[in-house]
Amino acid sequence: MTNKYELPIAGEQFRDEVADAYSPKLGKKRKRQILVNQIGGDGTVPEILANTRTAPGILTMRGCAYAGCKGVVLGPTRDILQIVHGPIGCCFYAWLTRRNKTRPKTPDDPNYMPYALSTDLQEDEVVFGGEKKLMAAIDEAVALFHPKAIGIFSTCPVGLIGDDVHAVARAAEEKYPGINIFGFSCEGYKGVSQSAGHHIANNKVFTDVVGQLEMKKEGKFRLNMLGEYNIGGDAFELERIAEACGLTLHSTFSGNSVYDEFASAHTADLNVVMCHRSINYLAEMMETKYGIPWFKVNLVGADATAKSFRKMAKFFGDDELMKRTEAVIEAEMVEVEKVRNEIRPRCEGKTAMIFVGGSRAHHYQDLLREIGVVTISAGYEFAHRDDYEGRKVLPTITVDADSRNIEELTVTPDAERYNPRISEAEKAKREAEGFAFNDYSGMMPDMPDGTLVIDDCNHFELEKLIEYYHPDLICAGIKEKYVVQKQGIPMKQLHSYDYMGPFAGFKGAINFYREIDRLLNCNVFKFTKAPWDDSPELSATYNN
Amino acid sequence: MLLRHTPPGLSERKALTVNPAKTCQPIGAMYAALGIHSCMPHSHGSQGCCAYHRSSLTRHYNDPIMSTTSSFSEGSSVFGGQANILEAFTNIFTLYNPDIIAVNTTCLSEVIGDDLVQIIKKAYEDKKIPEGKFVIHANTPSFTGSHITGYANMAAAMVKYFAKSTGKKNGKITLIPTFIEPSDMTEIKHIATELGIKYIMYPDTSDVVNSPMDGHFRMYPKGGCTKEQIAASGDSDAAVAIGRLGAFPAARQLDTQCKVPMHIVDVPIGITATDNFVEMLRKIAGVAVPESLRKERGQLVDVLCDMCQYTYGKKVSLLGDPDILLSMVQFCKDAGMEVLHVLTGTPTGKVKLEERVRELYGDKVIVKSGLQCDMFMFQQLVQENKPDLIMGNTYCKYMCRDMDIPLLRIGYPIYDRIGQSYIPLTGYRGGMHLLLKILSIFMDRQDRDAEEENVELIM
Repeated sequence: MTNKYELPIAGEQFRDEVADAYSPKLGKKRKRQILVNQIGGDGTVPEILANTRTAPGILTMRGCAYAGCKGVVLGPTRDILQIVHGPIGCCFYAWLTRRNKTRPKTPDDPNYMPYALSTDLQEDEVVFGGEKKLMAAIDEAVALFHPKAIGIFSTCPVGLIGDDVHAVARAAEEKYPGINIFGFSCEGYKGVSQSAGHHIANNKVFTDVVGQLEMKKEGKFRLNMLGEYNIGGDAFELERIAEACGLTLHSTFSGNSVYDEFASAHTADLNVVMCHRSINYLAEMMETKYGIPWFKVNLVGADATAKSFRKMAKFFGDDELMKRTEAVIEAEMVEVEKVRNEIRPRCEGKTAMIFVGGSRAHHYQDLLREIGVVTISAGYEFAHRDDYEGRKVLPTITVDADSRNIEELTVTPDAERYNPRISEAEKAKREAEGFAFNDYSGMMPDMPDGTLVIDDCNHFELEKLIEYYHPDLICAGIKEKYVVQKQGIPMKQLHSYDYMGPFAGFKGAINFYREIDRLLNCNVFKFTKAPWDDSPELSATYNN
Repeated sequence: MLLRHTPPGLSERKALTVNPAKTCQPIGAMYAALGIHSCMPHSHGSQGCCAYHRSSLTRHYNDPIMSTTSSFSEGSSVFGGQANILEAFTNIFTLYNPDIIAVNTTCLSEVIGDDLVQIIKKAYEDKKIPEGKFVIHANTPSFTGSHITGYANMAAAMVKYFAKSTGKKNGKITLIPTFIEPSDMTEIKHIATELGIKYIMYPDTSDVVNSPMDGHFRMYPKGGCTKEQIAASGDSDAAVAIGRLGAFPAARQLDTQCKVPMHIVDVPIGITATDNFVEMLRKIAGVAVPESLRKERGQLVDVLCDMCQYTYGKKVSLLGDPDILLSMVQFCKDAGMEVLHVLTGTPTGKVKLEERVRELYGDKVIVKSGLQCDMFMFQQLVQENKPDLIMGNTYCKYMCRDMDIPLLRIGYPIYDRIGQSYIPLTGYRGGMHLLLKILSIFMDRQDRDAEEENVELIM
């Protein structure tokens, strides 16, 4: 997809002028994080600096490791009872705010998602240690909720006062042998963003949950979907499509999921990875330990969804499955194309900017492109180089002090349960035929030459982008939303969508087209300018 | 059922909080700091604190909430955050050019023991703070108090850093509101203006977090109390703390520091509390109550008398923050409603919440406050004795739906409705809004639930 987009003011000029506003040191660093995209003949893209500290005092879009661990990865699971160990705030802010939907199968099935549990650490406990209170909180939680699993999430002070949540978890497990209890050292100061928390979550889920239960769901084509968090019902839509195609979704990490599905995820035959940034670790480790192959999918955008489901069908290599998948795609695309054709003329040629996440800034470009909207600048909030440039750069990524502090697990094949779903030879054969495994080619190769790629974009730069390029639409987070909208530019919040959804899959694509149509073409933003703004004073006075 | 795991009866808990009815200090401090004109609130801790507080306030106000962070890394957590915050000062003044930076601490920087007084002193010495610019701070450890405590601490910090007594009184009255909405602050200023009183009010978030949309983003909207006004409050004739928990520390600081005599009054919500507020201002300032306020009061009393058949005897349970709760309970009393439960997660300190609620409602009312007093407990209480109406924040909607009890959204946070930015609860006009909302709820229910032959055209 090498095409070119000519920005009205060259990206290089933008980069240099923005960098000049910073201190020389910071400006130099930001110049390595603000790039003009250029795809070389061999598909190479420029090297970007990513997953690096945000300068203090910068109005950043980023959050913390706790948010990545508790909020993103574990939050969407309904029957792991989650206790936040720390002062009250962290528990409060992560309480239902990400719009992860869940659908218990019966009225009696556990659903702890509307419950926010905290040890509400007080000064005494900060001084004398909070482990006793945590243990007491676990006792009370067990008595009230009778969960089959408990996750404990550490907040900033926990690490500093030396509370060992893992020791408490072990002691609690001895006391309650039927309950799987595990702790996450996801203190907010770890790493440089939410990303550290994703990794910490992946590690613990891998060591303490996956593989704990031998349960196989019925079905010939069983797979796990990793990195889909059911925001606004995205996972519901993907479950619907998977079922229609004849795929058995063994588990989703972690939208609309339950503990047993996690615990038995090692019995599935394929992992597909949706949000590469937040969960690629788990996919890699499951392949090494259990022999489950994985590949990247994109289920945002109708065409991308079709492509991804085709790839899943192709992986299993079953004619019937492939036929059924084609039939589903054909049926679904009728409505998709109808709506697309209706909306596209109204959106064609409009420009957008996207600054979110570790995958969404990439995925949503597909959706926008489907209705003719060009993304002229994009960047991730907390991604790494591989999310920009592709996994091929993984061996060349330098590990800095902040990343080194996040444990990298050494994984070996499971003595009994390692079972390569396809042989090395078969894998190599398929790869030679162009079927990519363990792949992610990154965002930059999919963006036109000349567009701006900005890692960890901040408020100042966003303001400058608006000043330089006047985009028609901006997609970012809730903190940026009203800054943008005050200027009369519509803004789509793409972390939790704020309202509505799903945006994934076929029905999601239709919802998104309609949403963007509304944002770009609804009259309301035209009122930001009052009729008298252009001629503030009348030349005469009228008394009557 | 959304909250299917809450068993009936009160569960004894000593360690576990479930569904908190409070949040942490720094967010209150951030909100208060937004009430200073041209001020950048700064969160001294991990990025996540600032991100969460901004997100929460943004969702509540649907307006830009600007605040910076010291972006602690693991290194700063070990070696202290001084280097981070000094770098932050440079970046903030260079890029965002506020007049003032208001720093709040977090549990992290408090545990590390960062000494903000020393750090700020060093910043001035090292010329990290440009000429004519200021940095203030409040200690807001998340492991004591609640968001209300944080708000109170930041309000007191404003006094501590800026209020000065020149020895010459300026004839003004300083108004210090507790954690209330910008619309409520506007309404309080309206009352003072109608009374003909010269006042200084801070924190004042009106025209900051409810700014109009005109095609321009302003990092520092036109609202907020200026540093000069806060300084001049040291010369004011009197100070009025509006809401004891959130406003008393600032008023006491002003008294200690500048010898400004202090008065405490409840948040003027409803007739009685607003009457008390007007009476207090009238007496302090030596002014008469103008016709305009008499009319506002009279109209509220008019509606209350006309419609109290729909409020009288109705049972209400309230959840929220102490200062607001006290006035809301008084309002319920004014309207002839019966309060069953009052609950807050915020420690009430010297507010005497329980005593004051009992003065109005005797022994029958259940009052809970402090540790482990949370929405889980509130739900258990409500399950035992079901009210006709719950007043509380957005999170109450889950239990209200499960039990089919109407919810009047009051307090923090309100994520799922709008209006709190623009439509006050305070003053007589706010009382009217409040009363109309309550009447609509009860009358809509009557229309919905009445037998067909009992549906009334005229109500």
